[in-house]
Amino acid sequence: MAIKTENFILNIGPQHPSTHGVFRLRIVLDGEVITDLEPVFGYLHRGIEKLAEGRTYLQDIPFTDRLDYLGSMTNNHAYVMAVEKLAGITVPERAEYIRVILDELQRIASHLAGLGFFLNDLGALQTPLLYMFREREKIVELFDMCSGQRLNYNYYRFGGFVQDLPEEFLPALKILLDTLPGFIDEYEQLISTNEIVLIRTKGVGVLKRDLAINSSAAGPVLRASGINWDIRRNDPYSIYNRFEFDIPIAKNGDTYDRYMIRILEMRQSVRILRQAVKDLPEGEIMGKAPKLLKPPAGEVYSRIEGPKGELGFYLVSDGTDKPYRWRVRPPCLLNLSALKDMVVGWKVADLMAIFGSIDIVMGEVDR
Amino acid sequence: MSDFWIHLLVYLVILFGFVIVSVLIFIWLERRLIGRFQLRPGPNRAGPFGLLQPIADAIKVLIKEDIIPSEADKGVFWLAPLVAFVPVMLMFAAIPFADGVMLVDLNIGILYILAVSSVTVIGIFMAGWSSNSKYSLLGAMRTIAQEVSYEIPLVLSILGVVMLTGSLSMNEIVKAQDVPFILLQPLGFFVYLSAAMAEVNRTPFDLLEAESEIIAGFHTEYSGMKFGLFYLMEYAEVLAVSAIATTLFLGGWQGPLLHPVFWFIAKVLLVFMFIIWVRATLPRLRIDQVMAFGWKFLLPLSLANLVITAFEILIAPDINTAVLIGINIAVMFGLILLFSRFYKLGGGRVSIK
Repeated sequence: MAIKTENFILNIGPQHPSTHGVFRLRIVLDGEVITDLEPVFGYLHRGIEKLAEGRTYLQDIPFTDRLDYLGSMTNNHAYVMAVEKLAGITVPERAEYIRVILDELQRIASHLAGLGFFLNDLGALQTPLLYMFREREKIVELFDMCSGQRLNYNYYRFGGFVQDLPEEFLPALKILLDTLPGFIDEYEQLISTNEIVLIRTKGVGVLKRDLAINSSAAGPVLRASGINWDIRRNDPYSIYNRFEFDIPIAKNGDTYDRYMIRILEMRQSVRILRQAVKDLPEGEIMGKAPKLLKPPAGEVYSRIEGPKGELGFYLVSDGTDKPYRWRVRPPCLLNLSALKDMVVGWKVADLMAIFGSIDIVMGEVDR
Repeated sequence: MSDFWIHLLVYLVILFGFVIVSVLIFIWLERRLIGRFQLRPGPNRAGPFGLLQPIADAIKVLIKEDIIPSEADKGVFWLAPLVAFVPVMLMFAAIPFADGVMLVDLNIGILYILAVSSVTVIGIFMAGWSSNSKYSLLGAMRTIAQEVSYEIPLVLSILGVVMLTGSLSMNEIVKAQDVPFILLQPLGFFVYLSAAMAEVNRTPFDLLEAESEIIAGFHTEYSGMKFGLFYLMEYAEVLAVSAIATTLFLGGWQGPLLHPVFWFIAKVLLVFMFIIWVRATLPRLRIDQVMAFGWKFLLPLSLANLVITAFEILIAPDINTAVLIGINIAVMFGLILLFSRFYKLGGGRVSIK
């Protein structure tokens, strides 16, 4: 006699310990196996893109802080670069170097937070998270020195920075650069070869090469699937073509690769930082930019390689001091688009691991 | 007759007090230690070294609003914390704190403890089922799968000790340990501790209340003192498991110079700290991996342990203890390494039409 069975619909979120904010997932379960998944966004929608159209270009910088709030510096950079391109503002040499330094520090900080939360989702209590926050804290303190903020920095300006780096910044950065590789080794020792981490992540949630391209994934998620694509190398901006660094590529596209890519990227960021600190010139930190910016009418798309992927800004100017259209290309949202294909067929526990390995921040997904 | 009743009453009060106080201390100790593992101080505001923190927590739990979900099966919902908690308390009746210092020296002590401890599973399942919440139900499903399967290697690992002693009485088992059985039964100890950690839902087997997956599992819907009872139960279970491990494998209350009760508590704390250490270090396994670990890894190992022990008792009863210890430890490492090569834990992706 066959027993009549029914699938089990489970609503995960918007309030859930591992939805990284207010994300909602409607999953259909057959026992523990996920047979269908439907993501629901929008719980953190603040209408940033529309709000930005009502304010001047300068007043829009703080909005970018609040997109991916674990990557404020890179968000600032992406937006400021777009406006500079639109208005034809040049950036002094020293400011470009500082931008690279801050971007790479932000990349390390973002990856540390992302990996920490990913391991939390794997069920490792909070130990790895708090170890990684130990290092992130040092980077946040560096940012605090230069911008006076710990989370939403609002430090970049069109043509340079709001102020020069303080005196104590470079010595502290040098100490950090000396100690950081040792700490990354420590994480690798404790986590990368941990038997439980390996069986939980190897081969789990594979994002195939073709699907990664078709779903327009970017950043570590794309590179974990074996595609050599990094804006810093493929469409160089700022002064990235002056530095020597490798783009880490993995080939399996599973959860472990997405974890490993981030570890390797942190090492490369340290490499870039060392070169940038060595070559950092003296000079101006602010180019010639008018107080009230009125870019000529036109449109621009400008992109950078953010910690989470290709972060782009599409701006349309009608010649006034306010943007006509202000649009973000959010890497977090686009990386999520292949979630269903990665998750279906795996178990509830894997869903959290895969979801954590994509490393999203809801502030950017919902905007 | 009256002596018996006085002994029973006095002992019950002492035992209950001991369990409650040690649970409070365990909660404090765990939070402090995990704090240290995680580079933070841990609770340090209430009282010296935060010692009053568990008491503050207990008061908070007692005065919290007691919420019952409107769709819950109310009778079962009420009963579940009791069904889960009472057997754990009963387990302490047969654990010797010193020579003969126990509520009742049952001649089937270990069998009684195992039988009583398995009732807890029913309480947990009742809680998960009656809450009428999907997360709780998932937790309850995992309970049945996990706890029932780990019962088998648990019992088989203890059988080795029983064979060596020839008695089921806990006191006799302690007395028989001239050499702690952890040396004579290293494989048994390994299997026991792994299975016991799965039984009491400690990381890496804490699937029943996997926070990042199913929020709090079976006690998601519980609040107030009913939640407090589950919390108490979990720590009392860990205390019981540590006490059983101490009694069966670490020589129980035996020890030089100091009072037996001191040795007993010191060894219990040692096992408990090991469990905390594991919790602070390892991530969680997946449900199919947990099942595979139980059935494909621990069960064959515990059977092998049983066979080896039987051979040692039958064929070479007069063998030198030091040689036996060496052989046993070598066999343990050999078997564990061999088995870990053979089995792939857990299945892969299920294809969905």
